[in-house]
Amino acid sequence: MAKESLNSEETTAMLHLVADAIIAAEPLLSQADRDLGDGDHGIGMARGMNAAKEALAAGGFSTVDEPLVATGKAMMSSMGGASGVVFGTVFRGGKELKGSNLLDSPGLAKWLQSAADGVMKRGGAKPGDKTMIDALVPAAEKAAEVQSLSLPEAVTAVADAAEAGKEASKAMIATMGRAKTLGEKSVGFPDAGALSMTIIFSTMRDYICS
Amino acid sequence: MSLTQKKLINDPLNVADELLDGLVDAYDGECVKVGRRSIVKSNIPDNKVALLVGGGSGHEPIYHGLVGRNLADGAACGDIFAAPTPDIVLEATQAVNKGNGVLFLYGNYAGDVMNFDIGAEDAEDEDIDVRTVLIWDDVCSAPPTEKEKRRGIAGLVPIVKMAGAASQTATSLDQLEAAAKKIVLQTRSVGVSMSPGSIPATGMPTFNIDADKIGLGMGIHGEPGVAEIPMTTADELTPMMLDLIFKDFTEDPEVESLKPGDEVVFFVNSLGSTTMMECLICLKKAKQFLNERGVTIYDTMVGPLVTCQEMSGISFSVTRLDDELKSYWNPACESICYSKMETITA
Repeated sequence: MAKESLNSEETTAMLHLVADAIIAAEPLLSQADRDLGDGDHGIGMARGMNAAKEALAAGGFSTVDEPLVATGKAMMSSMGGASGVVFGTVFRGGKELKGSNLLDSPGLAKWLQSAADGVMKRGGAKPGDKTMIDALVPAAEKAAEVQSLSLPEAVTAVADAAEAGKEASKAMIATMGRAKTLGEKSVGFPDAGALSMTIIFSTMRDYICS
Repeated sequence: MSLTQKKLINDPLNVADELLDGLVDAYDGECVKVGRRSIVKSNIPDNKVALLVGGGSGHEPIYHGLVGRNLADGAACGDIFAAPTPDIVLEATQAVNKGNGVLFLYGNYAGDVMNFDIGAEDAEDEDIDVRTVLIWDDVCSAPPTEKEKRRGIAGLVPIVKMAGAASQTATSLDQLEAAAKKIVLQTRSVGVSMSPGSIPATGMPTFNIDADKIGLGMGIHGEPGVAEIPMTTADELTPMMLDLIFKDFTEDPEVESLKPGDEVVFFVNSLGSTTMMECLICLKKAKQFLNERGVTIYDTMVGPLVTCQEMSGISFSVTRLDDELKSYWNPACESICYSKMETITA
């Protein structure tokens, strides 16, 4: 049964699945990073998601912002590197839903807007720089556009937008992070962080639509 | 490309923590581990303006090996090739702070900047005064007009050495910040790589390069440089590298050209598996090159101090000295990474 909204327990269950999906994708993410960077993105993400799973398992969440923020904090304090801050900031963006009992389409839009704003402010990257922002910003924009749709429809559109953004990042020239020194050699490969973003959104979609 | 290097480790995901424990053991009580993954001097005087360095692990003996006498007061250590988390930075900051502020001095990488910045914001919330000076000595990573895009590489060793000396006498954070900025401005490096290191957790190489090529200007994680050139000799390669350093001093409007009469600290660094033999052969040629241009080597450093596991390659770093910078270079210093006797001047 597709879910029209998620309570804090369901949000927690979804985040567990997101963590498992990222952990399972470790070799894929590391290979993507090896094409453009030093090849440790998957390891860092897996480390962060293992810490997130511990925080999620501790539970005690009453509103939907709490498991999101707990995930973000666990990632930021366990991963290090740019990814720790960036992906930690994405989930900590869930603080915009403070006090909400349900995560619905407008809530998804609010969270992702806060996530995108937070990441751009902290990292200084913008769309087109061949970073995870190229998946996150289209996803956030799509979420704002489709917030009147049902949650399954909205999250499907968001996951598609992130996927399209990740694919578009292949043609971009890296200007941030270690990949920036590759310049034009970076063309043809997707950004590893953008790939992580698509795995996060597609796992959310699969949970919400199942 | 072989997938696995033989490495004497235990849990591949735990190497950063285990090596730090070993480093603390090697210091025999002069330094202690603090919080999750920081190392801090055990006897920082009250009111000292503190110097905190740090970055990803895996480049031993830096950065954590630069904590010591007349050097850094502490280091915040990340996982292998990853910046330390904001929590680690905060814990290190709290430990080195003696009431007169803390200077953060570290390499200019996006991950380090984000994590140290959040750590600095958290420290400011606790009324600890923090300033940041970034190290960006790699001249091949961006033009002199875009220094904010440059990477920090082996020049960090003479930079931290001199900043460490400056921190002993600094009476304010302003004073130490200004000294560190000046030292960074006069330090320029060029690296080359011949083969990659590997990530302990995956056993995979950090980059690929053809067996018969040298990557000119490559970074310490294997970031691409300015050109891939055919494998060559020490005597052919050394002038090419030094030309890039001279060119940078010439093209950068913020500094004067390197000119006859200048005195420099010259550092030949091995990226890991390049031998001392090779470093010394390059040093011989470099000294000849500098002498021909009237530039005097005031002091020499040589060895594998900024590494990337078993990566092969070298870098040259030049720090131009004036009387102030000499006063920071002359004092003795001691740490696992780098020790020197006091330089006695006539």
